[in-house]
Amino acid sequence: MQIALFTIFGLLAVAGALNLLLQRHPINSALSLVVVMMSLAVLYWSLGAEFLAAAQVIVYSGAIMVLFVFVIMLLNAGAEEHTRGSRVAAIVGFPGAAAIFCLLSFVFLSERHRLGTTRLGDSVTGVGSNISEISHTLFTSLLLPFEVTSILILVAILGAVVLARKEL
Amino acid sequence: MVPIAYYLVLAAVLFCIGVAAFLFKRNIITIFMSIELMLNAVNLTFVAFAHQWHQINGQIFVFFVMVVAAAEAAVGLAIIIALFRVRQTLNVDQVNLLKN
Repeated sequence: MQIALFTIFGLLAVAGALNLLLQRHPINSALSLVVVMMSLAVLYWSLGAEFLAAAQVIVYSGAIMVLFVFVIMLLNAGAEEHTRGSRVAAIVGFPGAAAIFCLLSFVFLSERHRLGTTRLGDSVTGVGSNISEISHTLFTSLLLPFEVTSILILVAILGAVVLARKEL
Repeated sequence: MVPIAYYLVLAAVLFCIGVAAFLFKRNIITIFMSIELMLNAVNLTFVAFAHQWHQINGQIFVFFVMVVAAAEAAVGLAIIIALFRVRQTLNVDQVNLLKN
């Protein structure tokens, strides 16, 4: 059951990522990135991270991608043209990315037996639900970083407002 | 029963597609989206390792990455809007004042 779930949504994520790479128009790339994020949410859920699956759908494919689509529409972005710079990047970049992938997958697959397996419906630490575990850690031992992120978001809001003003 | 290594290989695939898109794309918004794709791939490895070690801290790290990615998207897209107002283009090859 879980291997079927993993295969379907893993292939969907890879197909969406490849579509992001191959599409010329940014709106098509943005919508294929939404597909990637939704399938990653399913994979998070299959790894016992229910809170993160919900947050992925709400924050990433909800808020962030809506912002991207909004900006693409606002700036009326058309299809991109390929230039000399992108040909150089293709010659250097694709072998480089393939080399990174070969190295990473070699390491992961050679350590496969030590890494173990997953079971569907397995909670991470085995005590209580996922949300209560996360919130307990977040509001006790990691309270200061949590408050610092709220300041970060406040600064980001102010920065976005200042940067996107009419007269800079 | 899926080996953790398969999740990690999937994350490596997504990360490398993100790297390739970052280098290959010329539209600044698409480049920004490929950064988001790389962040998502790294998040998947965090969740997979959190599952393997039975530690909740990996998931909390993903939560913080999401928060930072949201802030980064807001500021980055505001910068792109400001850039478009000045240069009237989204092509990164034409935004090269620092080069010469």
